[in-house]
Amino acid sequence: MSARQNILRRLREAPQGPLPLPPDVGAFHAAQAAGTAASTRHSRIELFCEKMAFWHGEVVRVTRANWPQTLRELCAAKGVRSLLYGEQSAHAAALAAAGITGLKPYDRPVDEWKKELFEDTDAGLTSTRGGIAETGTLIVWPDVAEPRLLSLVPPIHFALLDADQLYDSFLDALREQRWSEGMPTNALLVSGPSKTADIQVTLAYGAHGPKELVVLLLVNEEELV
Amino acid sequence: MNAQPMKFVPASEFKQRAAVAVADQHLRKSFRGAMDFLITKRAAQFPDAAALESQRLLAEHIRKYSLARLPELLEQLERKLTDNGVKVHWAETAEEACAIIIGIAQSHSTKLMVKGKSMVSEEVELNHAMADVGIDALESDMGEYIVQLDGEKPSHIIMPAIHKTKEQISRLFADKVPGARYTDSVDELIGIGRAVLREKFMSAEVGMSGVNFAVAETGTLCLVENEGNGRMCTTVPNVHIAITGIEKVVEKLEHVPPLFGLLTRSATGQAITTYLNMISGPRRPGEKDGPRELHLVLVDNGRTQAYADQQLRSTLQCIRCGACMNHCPVYTRIGGHAYGTTYPGPIGEIISPHMLGLAATHVLPTASSLCGACGEVCPVRIPIPELLVRLREEAQHDARPGHAPLLGQGAAKSRLVDAVWAGWAALYTRPALYRAFGWLATRLRVLTPPFQGGWTVSRTPMKPAARTLHERMAARKSRWQ
Repeated sequence: MSARQNILRRLREAPQGPLPLPPDVGAFHAAQAAGTAASTRHSRIELFCEKMAFWHGEVVRVTRANWPQTLRELCAAKGVRSLLYGEQSAHAAALAAAGITGLKPYDRPVDEWKKELFEDTDAGLTSTRGGIAETGTLIVWPDVAEPRLLSLVPPIHFALLDADQLYDSFLDALREQRWSEGMPTNALLVSGPSKTADIQVTLAYGAHGPKELVVLLLVNEEELV
Repeated sequence: MNAQPMKFVPASEFKQRAAVAVADQHLRKSFRGAMDFLITKRAAQFPDAAALESQRLLAEHIRKYSLARLPELLEQLERKLTDNGVKVHWAETAEEACAIIIGIAQSHSTKLMVKGKSMVSEEVELNHAMADVGIDALESDMGEYIVQLDGEKPSHIIMPAIHKTKEQISRLFADKVPGARYTDSVDELIGIGRAVLREKFMSAEVGMSGVNFAVAETGTLCLVENEGNGRMCTTVPNVHIAITGIEKVVEKLEHVPPLFGLLTRSATGQAITTYLNMISGPRRPGEKDGPRELHLVLVDNGRTQAYADQQLRSTLQCIRCGACMNHCPVYTRIGGHAYGTTYPGPIGEIISPHMLGLAATHVLPTASSLCGACGEVCPVRIPIPELLVRLREEAQHDARPGHAPLLGQGAAKSRLVDAVWAGWAALYTRPALYRAFGWLATRLRVLTPPFQGGWTVSRTPMKPAARTLHERMAARKSRWQ
């Protein structure tokens, strides 16, 4: 008998009471939300910004027209010498046109340039699949165009977030985007730069991942602060 | 270099270690301070008691439902993961789990494995086993890295190095990390750890992690963390091995948000952690990073014993937040090391007997005043105090009729204790004998010994009254008449 068979046999032999009904997470969520006013685009933006700031993430409001220029200025201000991006990503052309110095495409398997990625890359830019207002969270969905390490290894992570894709909660995001129909090899929720409180409960940023997280929040002209 | 064997302590010596820990002022101060901090942070996350209660009910429901369907969910998870290109392994014992992982590591002839935080890997004493075959299993969570560097075990499941001050950590780094100088800046200390470990992430062939939730419907492994070392270990090396207990599976992705929300708020008082890392497969063709090979090791190690009993099964609802230890008056006073087991505190007291047997652990369920705080804060409503009482009973007696004996069943049985209870029962069920005993005890009260074992260590001796209650009541009655 294999370990698998033995374990499953022992589990199946255990006495079972009546099977509980499947948990209805959606109904629970709806009941908790009942009585509170539905969120608006404005309230989601405000809440997201407040929560992201709490996690030490920087939120910069940008428009579709000006974000590459804003990114260029941010890079200059932060002394970024090399900005890693996905060359097949939707925003590659806009980046190239902005004249950002040190643009570096993530164009080959990591195994071929690991050392350079770790030691000689100042910042990375990723898109996001949306955000969660309640907790100030980004949904990062790595793929062929934007590899996983783009948002992890460089000390600064710039993330482009469309305010149209702000959800109230994690549950809303995964339901509305139908995650259960197919998950990528890696999906992430990111709330702020990496941190630790493992030494004497003292909070320190930049534990193993990015030391800074800068969210470029795409909003309409009138929503710029 | 770093994977020095740790000192493992038998749980049976708990009482001596607890006595030493209680007298250690520094330890008392660290734990009291840290636990108060975590208690306050948690409380701030749950301002509405009624809302918290309903969230706990939902979380309990999800865990109970998942456990009720455990065998089929494990099969579904295995199917999905296999479809996604993940190799699934099953281990009945700690030794089997270590052998599987060593086998994978050796097939890649690696000398270094980087590890993200995994309590199950501690439970199976993997680092030990890896060191025996010459593989360096390096902990990369900051707290775990610190305790490993000092040859210790974690003292808290969420904050492994909580027992150490920054000065101690700084001296440790200055001694053991080449090039590190003494500093009392926490940021600099973290910087030292970051630099050392980034080198290791780059060079390690195999990365290892635990799992917080395994989702059957999509074959997704969810990892909760703040530091990013878990993401490093699961993304940079060519091989990723995840290890988890068989109880961690849930049916649907939408079962994750309620559990995740309660986990982080109960554990550290955070509304969410920096990362929720959801892994559903190795690198696909065209992808430029991520492991080429992904393994999941499903570990039993005593869990099926807890599962076999409907009351004890609730132990497996645990999502490892550590709130029970943060709120435990015993844990706060003695710290995590005194328990001698991987899982300290109330959850350790109810889970360790299944892993290690009651013979080694029967004293642990007695390390509780049964104040009930653990059960009250448990986000998945495990009735911990009831389970403590149940395990005390199982340690003292034979198995209940119709129940299979637990590992180490009746290990704490004592003829003396049995005889005392038999005598007590005889006395209290025979009125004439009871009166005679009472008369004798009150008349011979001067003979009561002044030292009464454990009782008089910190209490005044017990002494019978001058007259029995029956005699005094009779005297009162005669006065009234």
